[in-house]
Formats: sequence, structure tokens, C-alpha cells
Amino acid sequence: MARIKTRKSGSVEKRLIGLADLVIQAAQRKRDPTIQIPVRSLSNVKFNEKRGIIEMGPNRQARSFFNVGMAKKFMQTLLVADALAELQRAELTTSLREIYYRTKHTIKGSHENTFDTQDESDPVIEDLEVALEALREELHVRAENAGTVVGPLVVVDDGDRVDCSRLGKGGYSVPSIVEPEDVQIKKCTADFVLLVEKGTQWNRLAEDRFWKKYNCVLLTGNGQPPRGVRRLARRLHDEKRLPVYVLVDNDPWGYYIYSVVKQGSINLAFESERMAIPDAKFVGLSSSDPEAYGLPRNVGIKLSDKDISRAKELLNYRWFQKKEWQGEIKRMLSIGLKFELDALANKDFQFLTKQYLPKKLKDRDWLD
Amino acid sequence: MTTKATKHPTKPEKPTPQAKPRGLTAAEMGDRQREISVSEFFTKNRHLLGFDSPRKALLTCVKEAVDNALDACEEAGILPEVVVRVEVAGEPPLPPASQATRFRVTIVDYGPGIVRQHIPRIFAKLLYGSKFHRLRMSRGQQGIGISAAGMYGQLTTGKPVQITSRTGENAPTHYFEVQIDTKKNEPRILEKKEIEWERHRGTQVTIELEGRYQKGRASIDEYIELTSIANPHVQLTYHTPEGETKVYPRTFHQLPEPPREIKPHPYGIEFGVLLKMLHDTKSHWLSGCLSTDFSRVSPRVAGEICQTAGLNTHAKPRNIMGQDAEKLYKAIQATKIMAPPTNCISPIGEKAILHGLYKQIKGDFYTAVTRPPAVYRGNPFVIEAGLAFGTGKGEAVDSAHKAMPLAEGEHKEAEAELARVIRYANRVPLLYQQSACATFKSVLDTTWRNYGVSQSRGALPAGPMVIFVHMASVWVPFTSESKEAIADYDEIRKEITLALRECGRRLSVFLRRRERAEVEHRRRNIFDLYIEEVAQACKRLKGGKISVEALRKQLHETAMKRTGGEETDEILDKGQPEGLPHSIIVTPEGPEGEVPEMGVASPPEAAPQAAVPEPPKEQEPEKKPKLKKKPKLRKKRAPVKKARKNRKR
Repeated sequence: MARIKTRKSGSVEKRLIGLADLVIQAAQRKRDPTIQIPVRSLSNVKFNEKRGIIEMGPNRQARSFFNVGMAKKFMQTLLVADALAELQRAELTTSLREIYYRTKHTIKGSHENTFDTQDESDPVIEDLEVALEALREELHVRAENAGTVVGPLVVVDDGDRVDCSRLGKGGYSVPSIVEPEDVQIKKCTADFVLLVEKGTQWNRLAEDRFWKKYNCVLLTGNGQPPRGVRRLARRLHDEKRLPVYVLVDNDPWGYYIYSVVKQGSINLAFESERMAIPDAKFVGLSSSDPEAYGLPRNVGIKLSDKDISRAKELLNYRWFQKKEWQGEIKRMLSIGLKFELDALANKDFQFLTKQYLPKKLKDRDWLD
Repeated sequence: MTTKATKHPTKPEKPTPQAKPRGLTAAEMGDRQREISVSEFFTKNRHLLGFDSPRKALLTCVKEAVDNALDACEEAGILPEVVVRVEVAGEPPLPPASQATRFRVTIVDYGPGIVRQHIPRIFAKLLYGSKFHRLRMSRGQQGIGISAAGMYGQLTTGKPVQITSRTGENAPTHYFEVQIDTKKNEPRILEKKEIEWERHRGTQVTIELEGRYQKGRASIDEYIELTSIANPHVQLTYHTPEGETKVYPRTFHQLPEPPREIKPHPYGIEFGVLLKMLHDTKSHWLSGCLSTDFSRVSPRVAGEICQTAGLNTHAKPRNIMGQDAEKLYKAIQATKIMAPPTNCISPIGEKAILHGLYKQIKGDFYTAVTRPPAVYRGNPFVIEAGLAFGTGKGEAVDSAHKAMPLAEGEHKEAEAELARVIRYANRVPLLYQQSACATFKSVLDTTWRNYGVSQSRGALPAGPMVIFVHMASVWVPFTSESKEAIADYDEIRKEITLALRECGRRLSVFLRRRERAEVEHRRRNIFDLYIEEVAQACKRLKGGKISVEALRKQLHETAMKRTGGEETDEILDKGQPEGLPHSIIVTPEGPEGEVPEMGVASPPEAAPQAAVPEPPKEQEPEKKPKLKKKPKLRKKRAPVKKARKNRKR
């Protein structure tokens, strides 16, 4: 566990302790202790068209103790709250997995474990995030450093000055917490931010010094970008007024990654406010690219049943209702193929750096 | 059973250069034809009799000897008591049982004994027996088994079969060493003498053979255990090759009703058999032949058949052939004839099955169903099914294992546990070729989900469950001579399915009843469990500044109020097995229902007779020591044992 600087965290701790008060008061009045937890599902998000972000709806779910179906969950919620309060007091940060191990034990007088797998504790932490309106960072829970950045960018991390243009091909590993208190953006002379879905393409671009030639910040999140990466992109967008371009695979999951960057995710809709970049643009891979760039059909992959049903779900999302987007997704469905970014190597190893991206950027060929 | 070999000359002659380069003359070929004795045939085809692998050979040997012993005792009206001893044989130093390749199998019974002149032929002549020519239910059918085992031993070790037999207190004890002359299928007596024997009556057979001893599925141990389940009237003692002695006590003190011999039923007869019967009959008239040689054919019915066939009732049976015979055959099938009598079958009976299951298998619920007799191909048969369900929480389980907290992913094993099917034909356990057996197919085809047991498509039901299926018949249709699987006749499948459904229905009644009582109980319990956790978490959150005691108490009171308080305990007070005929329910307080008395050598009338629930007799203190034997025996549900221990309850 890493020691972090003192932050105005008193309120988070108080909110956690509030849960204990809730139980105590309910017990005194012989009532059923109940925690209200906002529902984290598609049914409880709404797309704010004006702001271009997904917001959480008003639906709440009651989690009460004296209900056979919920008793264990309730108990687990309090255990996690206790562990989180402990972190607050000790001023430590930790990972989801460590929380799981910290709270796991056999319930006294039985052979039952408080948690059997991490799959049980992770959602409880997310529940507490939304219920207490506390960000994960404020709860001192961090994710893995799954993102990397390189480019003309200087940040100060924990007092250390990091010049992201002098970090070779490897780049700077984006921490999961990049709030201004932890990471300050000192200087950024780039013209735009390019967020790449996959590490492979990010490596290609870094190796080819694409960022130098086109003066941009290169970011990757290795798949669905983690909070740190999204938050960093958002801050570069806000503080340095940089446009953000997203480069993903041409499949339903790629589209969804883009939409998460742009409008926020369904599961963590309450964080859109801080994370979403409504102005982000989709540069590729578009379903029209294989034809436009002469990718042969045999480097495509047949859409699986799962892909097709996911694509059809996307078609129904409010934030994919723009005409261009409907056309984009329907085209993919009618072709029946998906294309990975890697498939561009079929033309040339450096096709992405030397031809594809330059042409895309020059032609301003992107979707909004 | 002697076959003329036309295709396979027994001894291929070396090819000699001849004028004609290929091919033989008819005369030359004719010279090669010769008779094959049945023993020669089976020496080459021993897999047909269940001697295909060393492991199976050892099991088959034990099985044949035990089956014979039981048949003999039952036929003589003696409650069987059998001792099985399997030892490692050969030159010392003897290897451990798991490594050994040579064994000596000895089976002793206190049966009627065998008269001197029959001994050699019973043990050293294939197809010599008392059971083939009659229609009557018995374990053995053809008279191959024990002599084949002896032949196998002779083939692999060269040792003769040793037999000791005595027919009564005043009779001398005869000791024989016999071998089989495979060419002639006749016994060869190596040693013959009168000896002293401490037993008054009985037979002892010793066969030395090559084999392998392995525990687990389809092992001797399993065979003995299963035999004891389906034959609770048998007292079995088993000395394992590892030097252990296992005793399977008699829990049912009545001999099964002796089955009667019957005549063939006209519906099941094949055309050729009909011709043979017409030829061999002692009657002078056709109508007489029909009504005396067949069962369920009265003179009136015989007349009816003759009329339909257009034959004279007074026709000479021997003269009926060709078209007339065919007409007669068709007429028989067209006439309505009563189903065959069923006193030729002696089912195990619901009570005895219950006793067997209860004795041998650990569970919470037992039930048994005996179907009314039915007929396939003219052969009457009875299907019986039984079921043992649960983990037997009435028993104290190995607590060291249970207390261990589960690591991630550990609990999933127990859920994958599938039911075990135990199959019987005429009280003999069937251990091989499960998936080819009609019983197994019927278990798969039964929709167990309707009865509250989970089941994946095309798989056995999941859960701690043993399913017992028994087919009793004058002629069990096996798929092969080694008697491993029951052939798939529609009539048989239907009966098995009906029996299984009845078991399933009773199981679902039990499960639902238990569920209902448990729901409330569990509700209170989980709250009580979690209250402690919640209270402790609150205390830590508040920095230790609250009274856990008070909080716990308040929460507990709320829990009581919300789950129905004291009333639950009454609901919980276990359901009686009412509405559940022929069933036993085991609760933590003890078993209820038709509970057998364990390990008490009481006279037959002391065995529980009534179907009414009895007070749990196991509670009586003086019987406790006897009960101690039980856990050891019951432990042997080996394949599922481990998973069982990890189950949460």
C-alpha cells in the first residue's frame, strides 16, 4: 500500500461512519436497517443531449438487512465500509483485490465465508461509491496502472517532474489517480490527444515517433481505458484545450470504448461528469475504412452472434442515434465482418503511422 | 451348444506347395471340419463370460461363486451366510495386494452342500447346471459361471479348483480337486478324499487365478457392498486381500419368497420353440399339449386357439408342421390370453430394499417402490426402484474436515456431484457397461427436475443421491453372456420409468417438506450469523465507541419479530413421513419410518412389520455399541466421499 498525501478526506470518512449510525439508529427503533443505493444499469441512466454525457437517473434500490436475499450483501457492505474507513484513517491506498482479502474471513460459528470470490466484493465497492457519492480515488481505492502516455507533456507526480517526451519508447505509466492534487500538468505543447485502444498500435506509433512528427500526446488504455487514462485525457482536454481523437478496432466493443470516452459508461454514469469528453472524435477504424484503404476481405473476422447482438444493442442507445453512427454500425452489420487495428499491417508494418493516420487527420475524416 | 465350425478351422495347416497353386478341394476342406467343444470355444472367447481383463476376471470369479452360494441357500430355504476371502497367492515374499497378479479366492457358505457325484461336473463342466431348463427366477441362468471361473484359473495358474462340501451333520465331508478337460468339456478329478470339516453343512470353493485387485468402481468391494444392499437377508463376511475384514450384517430376517417354476407363456414363445415343444410333448392331442405345456392356457382357451387356426383339437401335435404350425403360431398371438403367473418371481420387496439402502448408504431420505409384475416377450418381470438421498446429517461426520474454511472456488466441487446408479438383475449387482443398460437409460430419461433435483440435459441428476434399480425376472434379457447390462425392451423401460417416477414423487414431497421448515430456520440463522458481523463492523466504524452487546441484542429482537418468533420452531419440528409409504427420513433426532434394527440378530418376527412410523429405536442406549459398526461400513461411498465433506450445511 502506498502512502499518500493528506487530502480533505474527513467528509468521506464521515459518510462511511454514517452507515454505522444508520444501523445503530434502525436497531434502536426496531426497524430494518436499509441503505439506499442508486441503480447502476441501463434502465437508470439517461443521456443528457445538451451536455452530451450519460447521467445517472434517480432510481434507487433499497438494501435492507432483514431480507433473506439481501442480508449477506448488507453485511458485506458494512464490512467493506469498515475496511474503507480504515484506509481513510491510515491514509493508505489499496487495490480492489486487497480489499477483498482484507474483508474475507469465515463467519463465526459457521463454515461460511464473508466473501467467496472477488466478484462479490467489487460490486459492493462500486455500490458504496455511488451511494456515498464518493469517487473511487476518494475512497483510496486504486486500479492497476493500465495506461501509458508519451508526448510533449510535462507532469509533476508526487513532486517528481516527468517529461513524457523523454521517456523513450516505454512512456509514462498513467497512475489510476490523476487528480490535480496528485498529478499536475506543468506543460503541454501538443496539438491534440490520440487515444489508442490497443498497446500494439500505441507501441508502433511510439516507436515511429508519430507524436513528435504530428505533435500530439499518445495515450493508450490497453482495451477499455481505465479511469486514470480517461481522467488524464479529460484534463488535457479541459486544461489545455486539446481535441481528443480515439482510435479503436472496428467492432461493437471498439465503438463502445469510444462511447465510454465520449459520453461515459453505464455502470459508472455518476462519474461522467469528471470523465466524459463529449467533444472526442472517432478516427477509426470505421467500417468504411477497409474499402477506402483497400484492406482485403480476408483480413476481416466474421462477426459472431455475440458481436451482432451487441451491435444491435448499440443501435438502440440514445447516444448512437446520430445518422452517421447508425450508418456506421449498420454498414458493419451488412458487411458481416469486423476488422482489428492490427489488420492494417497487412498493407505495410508502418501503414498506420505513415499513411492511415496522416490521411485521416489531413482529411478530417472522423465521426463525432 | 456345440457348433460346427465352417468358417474357422481350428488348426490352420501350413500351406504346402501343390499342383494347384491356390484353393482346396471339397474333400480336403471336408477333412478339416470338426466339432468344437464348448470349453474350447470359451477358452478362446473368455471375454464373453467376463474374463477379459485381470481385474474383471477376479471380480467375475468372486461374483459367480457368491451368486451360486446364494442361489443354493435360498433354494434350500436356508438364510444365507457367506464368507468371501481374497488372498494374494504365489511364491513368498508376497507382493502387496495392489501390486499382486495372482490371487486365491475362497467362498464358503453354510448352504445345503452338494452331493458327491455332482461335485466334479458342477465345477468343471461348462453348461452343466440346474437353472437353464426351467423358467424360474434365479441369479445364475446357464451353468457356465463357476466352471468358467475354474477354467480361467486353470488356464492362468494351472491350479485345480478345490471344493469341500458336506450335506449334513451325519454325512461325510468330501474334498475334491478338479480340472476341466477343455477338449471334451468333462471334469478331470485330480484328488478325491473324505476329510474332517468343522462345519456341519455347506460348500467351500477355492480357485487360484491371475487377476488384479483394485478398489473403487466395479471392484470386488463394490460388488460385495451392492450385494449386501439388495440382499439384506444375507450375512456377508469379506476378508480383503489387504487383510481387512468387513462384516455386512443381516438386517432382514426373512428369506425371500421362494419363486415357483412356471411353464412358458404362449405370447413370448418363438416359432422354432413352438415346433420343438409340439414335437417333444407328452400329450396326444393338440389341445392337451397347449393346455398342459403352457401357462395360462385353459382347455377352453386351447379350443379357441385351435378354432382360430382351423386345426382339429384332437390333431396329433407331432403332425403339425409347415403351414399348419404357422397358422397355429399366428392364432396364439391373436387369442387373448391372461398374463403369465407372477409367483415365479420373487421381488426383493420394498421393506427389504429400504433396509439394505439404510444399512449401507448414508442419507437423509430413503424410499423404495416395487412395481406390479409385467410381461415382456412372454416373460414376467418385476421392476423395483429405490432411492437414498442426502448426506445423512443424523450421523456425526468427520468434523476435522468440515471445520476447514473454504478457499476460493472450493465449494463448487460439491455442486457438480452426480447421482450414482446401482443396478441389479435378479438381486445380482451389475457393475459394467452402465451406459448400455436399460435401467441407466431410464434414469437419464426421467425428468428429475420435476422432483426438485437439478439435472443437466442428457446427464444424471445432480445431488447426493443413490438410485437403485432392480429387475427380477425368470429370464433377464442381458446384452451379453457376461451379464452386464439389461437389454432395452420397451416394456421394461416403461416399468423402470414408472418406478423411478414414483420414487421421484416421494423425494419431492420430502424435499418440499424439508425446504418449508428450513426456510424459516435458515432465515433466522443467517440473520443471527450476520448480526455478529454487522455489529462488529459498526463498532470498528465508530471507533469502538458503541456497545456491541446492546446493538446485537436489538438486532436479534428485530430478527425474532420479523421471522415469526417461537412459532418457527414448531414448524421446524420435522415432518413425519406420513404420506410417504415405504420411506425412511433421517433427522438429527434419529430416523423415522420403516427403520430396520441394525446389527441385532433377532428372530424374523421382531423385524419391523408395520408401515407405521416407529419410535426411533436407535436412541436406546444398549444398542449404541452395535451401531458403531455402521459408520465404517457406510463410509464406503468412496467416489463421492470427498465432495461430500466439503458441502456446506
